[in-house]
Amino acid sequence: MNEIKENPAEELSEDMKVLDDVTSSEYKWGFVTDIESETAAKGLNEDVVRMISKKKKEPEWMTEWRLKAFRYWLKMEEPKWPNVEYPKIDFQNISYYSAPKQKPQLNSLDEVDPELLKTFEKLGIPLEEQKILSGVAVDAVFDSVSVATTFRETLKEKGVIFCSVSEAVKDYPELIKKYLGSVVPYTDNFYAALNAAVFSDGSFVFIPKGVRCPMELSTYFRINSQETGQFERTLIVAEEGAYVSYLEGCTAPIRDTNQLHAAVVELVVLDNAEIKYSTVQNWYPGDKEGKGGIYNFVTKRGACRGKNSKISWTQVETGSAITWKYPSCILQGENSVGEFYSVAVTNNMQQADTGTKMIHIGKNTRSTIVSKGISAGKSNNSYRGLVRIGKNAEGARNYTQCDSMLMSDRCGAHTFPYIEVENNTAKVEHEATTSKVGEDQIFYLNQRGITSEDAVNMIVNGFCKEVFNNLPMEFAVEAQKLLAISLEGSVG
Amino acid sequence: MLSIKNLQANVDGKEILKGINLEVKAGEIHAIMGPNGSGKSTLANVLTGNKSYEVTGGEVFFESKNLLEMDPETRAREGMFLAFQYPIEIPGVSNATFLKTALNEVRKYHGEEELTPKEFLTMLKEKAKVLGMDETMISRYVNVGFSGGEKKRNEILQMLMLKPKFVLLDETDSGLDIDALKIVSSGVNIYKNPNTAFLVVTHYQRLLNYIVPDFVHVLYKGRIIKSGTKELALELEERGYDWLIAEQAEVV
Repeated sequence: MNEIKENPAEELSEDMKVLDDVTSSEYKWGFVTDIESETAAKGLNEDVVRMISKKKKEPEWMTEWRLKAFRYWLKMEEPKWPNVEYPKIDFQNISYYSAPKQKPQLNSLDEVDPELLKTFEKLGIPLEEQKILSGVAVDAVFDSVSVATTFRETLKEKGVIFCSVSEAVKDYPELIKKYLGSVVPYTDNFYAALNAAVFSDGSFVFIPKGVRCPMELSTYFRINSQETGQFERTLIVAEEGAYVSYLEGCTAPIRDTNQLHAAVVELVVLDNAEIKYSTVQNWYPGDKEGKGGIYNFVTKRGACRGKNSKISWTQVETGSAITWKYPSCILQGENSVGEFYSVAVTNNMQQADTGTKMIHIGKNTRSTIVSKGISAGKSNNSYRGLVRIGKNAEGARNYTQCDSMLMSDRCGAHTFPYIEVENNTAKVEHEATTSKVGEDQIFYLNQRGITSEDAVNMIVNGFCKEVFNNLPMEFAVEAQKLLAISLEGSVG
Repeated sequence: MLSIKNLQANVDGKEILKGINLEVKAGEIHAIMGPNGSGKSTLANVLTGNKSYEVTGGEVFFESKNLLEMDPETRAREGMFLAFQYPIEIPGVSNATFLKTALNEVRKYHGEEELTPKEFLTMLKEKAKVLGMDETMISRYVNVGFSGGEKKRNEILQMLMLKPKFVLLDETDSGLDIDALKIVSSGVNIYKNPNTAFLVVTHYQRLLNYIVPDFVHVLYKGRIIKSGTKELALELEERGYDWLIAEQAEVV
């Protein structure tokens, strides 16, 4: 094994071309076109919930489910345990429904914020895609549907369903009734209840028995024609022996006017099936003084219901003013495997409290947690993770590695590991390190002709290597660049 | 090639270099010797621009350019190379990625084309072979888990790849057994050429049996107190530094 991995940047142009191809299509099967351009009045009550359901032409059972969630939510308290600080949210001062196209249509890129353009350039985002992301009207030529159509045909042949949740509610009610809320019930937590009551939309993926999804499914396909919802809901089901790799997010900076994002993601994996879920999150982090920015409060959970099933979460979190999420695995099936690979970067005034939960229920279940936290500026970065080994989880194993890197003297890195073991045949390992980007490392690279900025990027990327190795190629390349942008000016 | 005039420098507010004067011409090998704490490593770090060292006086010209005005990476690109006494570990970054980035930065600076991956690899393998290095080191992370000898060899490998004009060897012999010392020295000797100068900082005469200097300077308390030829090193080996220090005291 003397083979050398080439500098991924070289492969970038090719990757971006592929990306460009697949993203140059409009998502044609959302509910977007059915909706008038309007925003509901602020506040939340049963009428608002009913209105949302009606707008989406939902069947009665769905409306009822939303209402139950809403009534439950009313009785709940906002959680206070995360290691983050923010002013109290007035839930009656938020509009819970708005038409998807909120961005003003611009006539050319000249009208776009030059800062945003600079970032696009550094990420190497193709010009046409830049226009879409920043809300510039796009040429008719570019607006081709051929790629999307081909894409959909291929999936249909295999029996794979990939559509919006709204569409699934109408077209696949039995699947939705069976699985929606089965991993994250609306009673789960405050934000999960809120999401169930008012969720705007999201993705539904169903991979039938024995099918290996022929392509990586990406929300890229959906982001073009529609702003990602404030209360997104994603459900992915992999039947026996099925496999899918799902990519969520976008490396481009997303300037969203919605401050509170409370998404729910549910994964269900049956015998011998596998879901690989990769996220790159780059919501607006607020300015250097901590003004503005998204509150990203997400509940993500997967259930390994079948034996030998596997869920792998990989996330790169660089955006949002506050990130609060714990993609988790319930390892129910015998020999099932849960993995969590995470890079969380905070700069300036950003706060992140993120980690995972690995709940071992079945025999010989295994989990791996690799968390890399990078803090710069005055930011705060916490890892919070729970490993629970139930009393029937004979032979369960967990390995946790939790590394923090500090880039300034004013930032914070915290680790909150919780370990609960009820079966004494289990093996649980936890390793944690904290390091500072060393001046000696930077000088060493300087002395070989590399600038301090490039040196820091190299050191940080090296630090995150184990996580990036788990990302699909095009995401890994972009994640590296994204890291560089997020940490710009944080050293020196 | 390198002209040092009355160079003074502080570390943590303490005066370490108290006026160094030294002229090094292309093709020459100079050795700097001296007891612990005399300022040998400080000189190497000051010349390469380490920000932990503060220059308080004097000037340094490198091929008639004002060296002290350049940032560390520019000095490196201009051809100044330091083989570190304690090479630094960079976890997660492969030797190949690191070397390729460094080499292309230097080439770019001189208006040269970047090497293709194939050209780079061929060159890297060839140089590694010269130093008797296992090819697996190419994909290993920079200095991570390297033995003392491997680290020093890795420094010499970088020198062979980057082809600097002025090479500073900072205690390159420390922690090396005799075989490793021979290999490292042979790397230096292979590279030796009329356009390149060396400044060899060492505590012991041992290294100078393999890298034969044209001039030897003794550094003591931040000043060069004696200069001579390679015979001076042998004399120091035999008699130690005390006689020189005593001589120095008499002069003062």
